[in-house]
Amino acid sequence: MYETVIGMEVHVELQTRSKMFCGCSADHFQVAANRHICPVCTSHPGSLPVMNGRAVELAAMTGIALHCQVNPHSVFARKNYVYPDLPKGYQVSQYELPLCSDGWVEITVEGQTKRIGVVRVHLEEDTGKLIHSGGSSLIDYNRAGVPLMEIVSDSSIRSAEEAYQYLLKIRQIVRYLSASTGDMEKGAMRCEANISVREAGAAAYGTKVEVKNLNSFRAVRNAVDYETRRQIALIETGGTVRQVTVGWDEPSGTTREQRSKESSEDYRYFPEPDLLAINLDEKWIQARQAELPELPEPLTARLEAEYGLRRQDVALLTEDREIAAFFEAVVQHPGTDPRQAANWITGELFRRLKQDNTDIGATKVTPAALADLIALVAGGSINQNVARDVLGILWAEGGSASAVVESRGLAQISDTGELDSVVAEVIATHEEVVERIRQGNPKPLQFLMGQVMQATRGKANPQTVTELLKRQLGLE
Amino acid sequence: MALNELTAHELKTLLDRGEVSAHEATTAVLERIEATDDTLNAFISVDAEGALSQAAAADRRRAAGEDPGMLGGVPVALKDLLCVAGGHTTCGSRMLENYIAPYDATVVSRLRQAGAVIIGKTNLDEFAMGSSTESSYYGVTRNPHDNSRVAGGSSGGSAAAVAADQTILAIGSDTGGSVRQPAAYCGVVGLKPTYGRVSRYGLTAYASSLDQIGPLTKDVQDAAWTLEAIAGHDRFDSTSIQAQVPAYSQSFNRGIKGMRIGLAREHLPPELDDRIAAVTRQAALSLEHCGAELVDLELPVAGRGEYCLSSFYLIAMGESSANLARYDGVKYGHRAHGATDLQSMYQNTRNQGFGDEVKRRIILGTYVLSAGYYDAYYLKAQQVRTLIRRDFEQAFARCDALLAPVTPGPAFRIGEKTDDPLQMYLTDIYTVAVNLAGIPAISVPCGLSAEGLPISVQLLGPPLQEEKLLQLGHALECSARPC
Repeated sequence: MYETVIGMEVHVELQTRSKMFCGCSADHFQVAANRHICPVCTSHPGSLPVMNGRAVELAAMTGIALHCQVNPHSVFARKNYVYPDLPKGYQVSQYELPLCSDGWVEITVEGQTKRIGVVRVHLEEDTGKLIHSGGSSLIDYNRAGVPLMEIVSDSSIRSAEEAYQYLLKIRQIVRYLSASTGDMEKGAMRCEANISVREAGAAAYGTKVEVKNLNSFRAVRNAVDYETRRQIALIETGGTVRQVTVGWDEPSGTTREQRSKESSEDYRYFPEPDLLAINLDEKWIQARQAELPELPEPLTARLEAEYGLRRQDVALLTEDREIAAFFEAVVQHPGTDPRQAANWITGELFRRLKQDNTDIGATKVTPAALADLIALVAGGSINQNVARDVLGILWAEGGSASAVVESRGLAQISDTGELDSVVAEVIATHEEVVERIRQGNPKPLQFLMGQVMQATRGKANPQTVTELLKRQLGLE
Repeated sequence: MALNELTAHELKTLLDRGEVSAHEATTAVLERIEATDDTLNAFISVDAEGALSQAAAADRRRAAGEDPGMLGGVPVALKDLLCVAGGHTTCGSRMLENYIAPYDATVVSRLRQAGAVIIGKTNLDEFAMGSSTESSYYGVTRNPHDNSRVAGGSSGGSAAAVAADQTILAIGSDTGGSVRQPAAYCGVVGLKPTYGRVSRYGLTAYASSLDQIGPLTKDVQDAAWTLEAIAGHDRFDSTSIQAQVPAYSQSFNRGIKGMRIGLAREHLPPELDDRIAAVTRQAALSLEHCGAELVDLELPVAGRGEYCLSSFYLIAMGESSANLARYDGVKYGHRAHGATDLQSMYQNTRNQGFGDEVKRRIILGTYVLSAGYYDAYYLKAQQVRTLIRRDFEQAFARCDALLAPVTPGPAFRIGEKTDDPLQMYLTDIYTVAVNLAGIPAISVPCGLSAEGLPISVQLLGPPLQEEKLLQLGHALECSARPC
């Protein structure tokens, strides 16, 4: 038996207006090349960095959310290496004294909750982008200097699923804080994993392999599985794992060696002399604490307790802060059953959100409309099926549920007098079926019900119809 | 007296009285450059057209009754390490031979705001790495007092230009003595302000934690004026100090009665050049004569060349190896032709673009920051730096300023030390400690050697005490010549 040991480094692009060390716009997604650049982020002689205070705040808030200590004294360092996408020939990062350290985050895998340690959260700057075309290489520096936050886990992750859940958790938290979009497909969140295997229960770690280029959640899962299998197979056949850096190759589903430990770079870190140390007092840290929104864990606990919801429903509602807020806006309408609200949101609404690939903030369905809809069902004004149709109309057109029901004549028929004749006619026109029921087979009752519904365009109160059918057939 | 020979304050008086125009003054310095620079080579580029149009603007402002600024119409030369928007900024290197800066350094904007007329860019050691301006790609600058000798460095062009009356004022930068030493060799005043007193934004970095911009001038009053114009916090330089800028132009002549002047035993060793020792002692007596009190003290670390020079060069080279990594042929500046891949583009570009001294410092700097050597070299140097700073703090608890030699001897001959880098580095022995500690110092001419070479002394002060240094410098000046 082997176990996999994984440590993760997650790079998160911060959602600040300007870059990490200059006033240029930090927006680089689908922006024409080299529009958001200046002497600082393209490293002209004499240019100097000036720290983006908001980036420091967002990283500190992330650290607090990850139960880290925000260090009162931290420093930037120069990480020296040469590549055309790195304008200065060094990246301004943090090395010995990071902004935040010693935290943890909780993940749930197969019903089991587990703590993953967060070693550090630090700030650095992004690089530009190389575009290779027709034998030449072009460089776009729009991304150069965009604030990046690096979150480093300890090595307590043990499976692809845990790695996946950890990453989800990190994304959830940075999204709660509006620190980042966390969109992996847009490169706003990038990830590297250190993976090793060892005999289960062994005290010593195996030799780790650093896997880069993990650009999607699926890539993380697949790469961990692949590396685990590869390393185990290597050991089983008498080989040894070498300490190398590999890149995940999505098309082939394999990892490819990029460089070995012997040729690994010496980054020659030293404190960045162009920036002052970041010195934060208790008051500043408390202000960041106060600025935090309600985080996923306390929110989950509160929703469970306050509304008596099932854990799995709460988990779905709290995945996204906006969804949870929407839920709470729905149930604040008096008389709204929280469980019904949760069902509508995690069922019908989620289905449509996914179908239209949009998010809750962009829908036409307002919390008030959904509360109204739930009330209409609860009060017997419309049945469940009609309600689903009404939601469809609200989704497409907005407005209030009552108005939709009213204007389209969708109100449920519960009037026995009105339904009596419909039921009688259905019984009269389906003698054969009625006969089978009278012989003691209750199944075709559903068929008759369907006929009544058809005749009333779905508006009949199903409960009333059942009662009438039974009464007229003499089944009671 | 020709207009180009005036000090800034003298010229300013004439300009304000309407007796001369900025156009005339600018024309005078341009003519002087024309006449002398083939020999001196103090300038890398002269912008005659731009200078005359700035002068005309200053004259118009005066004519219209507007405030022309404290340096309104005064010609200034800039070390070619400072960025001027739209102009060449070579840094004395082939690497940036055709580089046009896209922005003005903060110091340049402030000089413009003060009404100064920027006449051109002065020669320097390549990327300010040197003590003689001999490492410039654009040829050596000659000392106006003796053309066979160096003007010093790295701000040699600025010092020579002021000394030869090719300009009224000049700006240099001082990383380990690069303002004070050439000022001493050329017999002009050189001020190295407190680290962070003047914004470094737009000053091409040599060693970021040591670099500081300062004026080179014909007298102390001009240094006060220029510092007042360029000093102050700048939001584009995080290391610039947030402190009020005193009115140096008003306080430089307030007298020094009661000031205590420290003389460190280590600064006057028995082996010191007799000429230098004599001038330094004479300066001490002059200050005493003006009412100052002399205090003997010790600087066990900060006064010792072996500690200061080694920690200085380790830090400066380490930082410079990173600062110069950006010159890679990718974004601007020189790019080698015929490269076959990225690696060869880098190698050929840097091999062709940099001179020997720059390469030497990049290689050494890379080495001292490397894994396994960092602790023994860079980190150790930083620890020594802390001790140096502490030494000065203790000294300044006992005195207002320290008096010391600037250089071990007067200007040396061109070529005399180029084959022996260590001999060259040793010329910085009295100047580097000031940069390591981040304190201000002023180099003031105090005499001539028998062969007619200028000799200066420097005054060192606690952080942000430039005012006192200017007052002391002014007192020395007065005792050397009646004022």
